[in-house]
Amino acid sequence: MSDPIVLEAQHISKIVASPKGSSEGPLTILADVSLAVRAGESLAIVGASGAGKSTLLALLAGLDTPSTGKVLLAGNDLTALDEDGRAAVRGRHVGFVFQSFHLVPALTAIENVMLPLELLGRADARAVAAQVLEQVGLGARTAHYPKQLSGGEQQRVAIARAFVTRPAVLFADEPTGNLDTATGLKVTDLLFDLNRSTGSTLILVTHDRTLALRCNRILELDAGHTVS
Amino acid sequence: MNALRFAFRNLWRDLKSGELSVLLLALMVAVLSLTAVGFFTNRISQAVRAQATEVLAADLRIESSHPLPGVYFATAAAGGLRTAQLSQLSTAIFYGETSQLTSLIAVSSGYPLRGTVRIAAAAFGKAFATRDIPKPGEAWVDARLIAQLDVGVGSTVQVGAARFRIAQILDYRPDQGSGFVNLAPAVLVNLADIDATQLIQPGSRVTYAGLFAGTPSAVAGFREWLNGTKRPGERIEDLDESSRQLNSAIERSSRFLNLASLASVLLAAVAVAMGARRYVSRHIDSVALMKCMGAPQRFILSISITELLLVGMAAVLLGSTQGYFAQEGLAWLLRDLIRTDLPPASPQPILLALATVVAMLVGFALPPLLQLKNTPPARVLRKSVEAPPLAYGLSYVVALAALLAIVWVLVRDSDLVFGLFFGVLGAGVVLALAGFGLVRLTRKLRGGVGVSWRYGLANVSRRGGESVVQIVAFGLGLMVLLLLAVVRNDLLKDWQRSLPNDVPNNFLINIRPDEQKPLLAYLQQHGLGQPPLFPMIRARIMKINGIAAQDRTGLSERGRSFLEREQNLTWSAQLPQDNQLLSGRWWSAQDAGKPLVSISSEYQETLHVNVGDRMSFDVAGESIEAQVASVRKVRWDGFRPNFFLVFPPGVLDGAAGTYMTSVYLNADQRPALVGLVRQFPSVSVFDVDAILKQIRSVIDRASLAVQYVFLFTLAAGVVVLLAAVQSTRDERRYESAMLRTLGASRRVVLQGVAAEFSALGFLSGVLAATGASGIGWLLADRLFSVEYAFDPWLWLLGLVCGTALVGVSGTLATRRVVNTPPIVTLRQD
Repeated sequence: MSDPIVLEAQHISKIVASPKGSSEGPLTILADVSLAVRAGESLAIVGASGAGKSTLLALLAGLDTPSTGKVLLAGNDLTALDEDGRAAVRGRHVGFVFQSFHLVPALTAIENVMLPLELLGRADARAVAAQVLEQVGLGARTAHYPKQLSGGEQQRVAIARAFVTRPAVLFADEPTGNLDTATGLKVTDLLFDLNRSTGSTLILVTHDRTLALRCNRILELDAGHTVS
Repeated sequence: MNALRFAFRNLWRDLKSGELSVLLLALMVAVLSLTAVGFFTNRISQAVRAQATEVLAADLRIESSHPLPGVYFATAAAGGLRTAQLSQLSTAIFYGETSQLTSLIAVSSGYPLRGTVRIAAAAFGKAFATRDIPKPGEAWVDARLIAQLDVGVGSTVQVGAARFRIAQILDYRPDQGSGFVNLAPAVLVNLADIDATQLIQPGSRVTYAGLFAGTPSAVAGFREWLNGTKRPGERIEDLDESSRQLNSAIERSSRFLNLASLASVLLAAVAVAMGARRYVSRHIDSVALMKCMGAPQRFILSISITELLLVGMAAVLLGSTQGYFAQEGLAWLLRDLIRTDLPPASPQPILLALATVVAMLVGFALPPLLQLKNTPPARVLRKSVEAPPLAYGLSYVVALAALLAIVWVLVRDSDLVFGLFFGVLGAGVVLALAGFGLVRLTRKLRGGVGVSWRYGLANVSRRGGESVVQIVAFGLGLMVLLLLAVVRNDLLKDWQRSLPNDVPNNFLINIRPDEQKPLLAYLQQHGLGQPPLFPMIRARIMKINGIAAQDRTGLSERGRSFLEREQNLTWSAQLPQDNQLLSGRWWSAQDAGKPLVSISSEYQETLHVNVGDRMSFDVAGESIEAQVASVRKVRWDGFRPNFFLVFPPGVLDGAAGTYMTSVYLNADQRPALVGLVRQFPSVSVFDVDAILKQIRSVIDRASLAVQYVFLFTLAAGVVVLLAAVQSTRDERRYESAMLRTLGASRRVVLQGVAAEFSALGFLSGVLAATGASGIGWLLADRLFSVEYAFDPWLWLLGLVCGTALVGVSGTLATRRVVNTPPIVTLRQD
């Protein structure tokens, strides 16, 4: 029996108004995209700059709402929920890794990892966070602030933070974009290892064909349309 | 998770990183300013309230300018009341050749019936309460006299024809008019000695008071009897009325200081708004991240609001502690005017400060925070995604309403609130326009200066709006301080200088008719000339055009007081010097003895009396009616005897009165006064120089106190500057990194920053000095009627203080940013 579908987009599109003063009509960023991703699967979204990759990621993760169509995440219709409803779904089922890490500069490594657990009201946040940091090889650097860590270390903290809630779906937006090749490779290995060991679904936005090829499937976008 | 715990953690982090320092500082300055004034006025009010029950030195007091009938005291005693009496008059006290104007109070045994007199064995020694009164031949004198006359306990002084031994220092008496004191220092003597001074003669200006105390019902019964019996001109005072008057005096002064402290609150509010926007811009990314991780809007809002409230509470706690110490400064500055021990302050002003802080946060910080909760989580992917813009129009209305509410709580006078609102609005617009003009001017200067200055001046004009806010905020504080300095130093001096050198500086009053000739001879003998003697007859206005004075309605307070008080009438064949005829005609020799009267323009304005109207007067029980023949404009500051009401010769001949005159004495001629008072003991001498000196000292102290409060305004101006620096910190860090990457040394960049802030400070100084000179000129022209002398010091002070203060604090606040190595900044970006 195949794994259940954990994330599904049904004919979603995103249309925005042109900037003020422009004579052009509404801009279509994403046009009629449909996809379904099963639990444990990994999907790479590729395409040139401006192809709509980040927009698709935002819609799939419930960070934004589509102009038309539906997004179902872990059985929740994101398009039917309000901002707080979507936030609750994200808190329970979603993890994120970003290109620019997005660590809170005023928090130490462990505090950054504790953050999503604390938002869920977990009392064991510190212990769990320490364990995950150990797993990503930063057990000795828990009390360091982001600016005291190298780029690779920062991204490992971000990965620990993303996995600490054992999310059903992990979204990664250009996770190696700010890292050198060797560090990028190490971070990618870590990402895929955790993906496998936790059984989460991985949605990866990248320019990097090699990285994309490590995923089970590739979705290519061109000017807002699905190419393959 | 618990929003409170999260807020505490955020607060700690934000405080550590300095993100909240401006907000905290701004709120603290507002609280400091409000509580310093609040604690001080609260202590004064408490002192007044505590003394209100004894401020009459009795339960009931009746005062008159005529001796009180014995039947009052007999009736009161028969009704079971205790009684005492006193006579009070202004006179000079002499020690050798030095003299001093004093308030002589002669009291009978039993005084005071309520409260106690405190005396000390030496000037400024430890005071103790006493139930006694001075023994005959003894005087208890105000400690100020000890210094002014250079006497000590045991010295013998002369008052009128009598000599007194100084037995004690008078520290406090219940009816001294607590709070802000009468100008002249007091001398307390035994009532039995008053005749020996020979100061009381027909026509002398003496206040006679009867004091009564007993059970409330006995006092009420006596009051009722007294109301039906008392004669015109006798005034009954009881506790209700006296505390009402005191409270209104205290309320007026409190209001004034409160308004002064409001200027700091207004500027602090600007800094709070700037600080809150900075808070939002610094937190928007972490809010987007938290929302991305599942935090609901409510949670975000709770964290921000809790954090702000915690900051507010910290500000109230720290600010009011500082305020408590700062009010000691105010009490010290005004120590000579407050002749009473102040009780400790109650915590009430802290509540007001708390309410103000909440209003400032709700009005100025909450609107941007509401925007923060709307941050789209998609911002984590694209920085360009921002929250929908806030309807600032609405938020400013909220802020304005919040501020007006604070002002109303402070002054409780809607007219004043609206007056203030439009005044501040108008001043703000004028200052902002001036600031805008000055900022534009800097653009033109950029061409002719070096690289640092060009960079600095370019920044001033590029951040145009912010520069204007800073110039206005800073210029306002500086302007008020300079203006007070102008009033205190220049205008009063200018006014005194504007008087001719030979303007009389001593008034001699209570000259008996039989003393006229010998007195003039005495003056002549001592080289003081033959000044004209003016008759003075005391009278009351009974009717105007047949209508009883008390029935006239629609009069101003001043008009009413003209009708209620006793008037001094005089007669003169010639139009007196310093008088100008406005309407009607001056009388000729043929008019002598005709029932005519000339009134001053004040009577025309306040009593609406004109040429042709009829006025009737009660002169020592006899009714005299006269027709208004002319209206005069009197120049009162000419320091020559002048009168509101002047009759032609021959009308008042039968009335008993005294004479007055004024003379000019130079320093060498002053000893002549001592001989004069010894030879003519009933003549009272008023030394105008001494009175002016006392007025100067009161104005000096009061304006120092107001300047002190406006120092907080200057501090608030500095906070606005810091807020502006903070809001441009990221931009400046980037600019500095770019310039340094392009090869500029750290020194050049720092010089540029110093140039920018010095230019801002210089412009604030220009604004402040122009404003202060302009208002100073207006005051000189309209209020003091003197030629306003341009004061280069004012400009120098304004420009130097503005440039130094803004230049130094702005450069210091930005130094760290400039010192960040460019590589660190560029890596972060």
